[in-house]
Amino acid sequence: MIEARDLPEMPCRELVELVTDYLEDRLSPEDRVRFEAHLAACDACRAYMEQFRQTINTLGRLPEESLGADAQKTLLEAFRGWFGR
Amino acid sequence: MTQAVDRNDVALLGALRAGDEQVFCDLVARWSGPMLRLALAHIANRAVAEEVVQEAWLTVLRSLDRFEGRSALRTWVLGIVVNIARSRGRKECRSVPLPFEPHERAVDPSRFLPADHPRWPHHWATEPVAWTTPEDQLLAGETARIIADAIDTLPPAQREVLMLRDVEGLNGPEACNALGLTDTNQRVLLHRARSRVRSAIERHLTGGDTK
Repeated sequence: MIEARDLPEMPCRELVELVTDYLEDRLSPEDRVRFEAHLAACDACRAYMEQFRQTINTLGRLPEESLGADAQKTLLEAFRGWFGR
Repeated sequence: MTQAVDRNDVALLGALRAGDEQVFCDLVARWSGPMLRLALAHIANRAVAEEVVQEAWLTVLRSLDRFEGRSALRTWVLGIVVNIARSRGRKECRSVPLPFEPHERAVDPSRFLPADHPRWPHHWATEPVAWTTPEDQLLAGETARIIADAIDTLPPAQREVLMLRDVEGLNGPEACNALGLTDTNQRVLLHRARSRVRSAIERHLTGGDTK
């Protein structure tokens, strides 16, 4: 069992660089324990994490992009031409 | 072949090779959005970016017989648009490849106390505070423009990853495949891109007094 008290503290400045690796579950077991121990004790880093999550969620809600109707029509014609050879 | 071809991909490929217009139109409608976002990572002009997407679809049709199923069909199609957009972007000098910045920070270092601080080395000097704007309001009004501007000014390599991962919802291995990146580089680029967008939102919501 890895205990946070046996490991060097993770300062805020280090934590902010590791948020994506944490969310992707790519931290070493030691760093994961340090990360979570710091987060449990630091209001500012919890606020930071929350901003980071909100940023990601918001990016996932951007309005959809799509090709203009003309371009889609051109492509369909190309597809027909391709098979009408 | 290291990976079994998805059964759905087999059906799609069969339909495309047989000239099924409905399947083709459906794919164009579903996949052109993500393709356009990738093109826009390299090309500022929307009309040119749409041309790149069209060119990519024509390349897809020409190459259908060569698709070997080493990746999912969608990933392969996205990889094609990436290649075209990158080379077109280079020609138009939008994406002058910047030297890889090894020390880019997620947060401006001046936000933190110095390493020799007696009590709190490298802890926050200017703490982030919870945003008062609810999450579902972040795409309303002015903040939407701030986010769009932040995305527009990302380096293309960061923007590609952000588009595929966070905007279009691909997983890490899919994004690595489409973009030809190692897993580590993909995560570095994603983290930098997310960090820049977060900073831009924070700057806006706190009235520009945070770096």
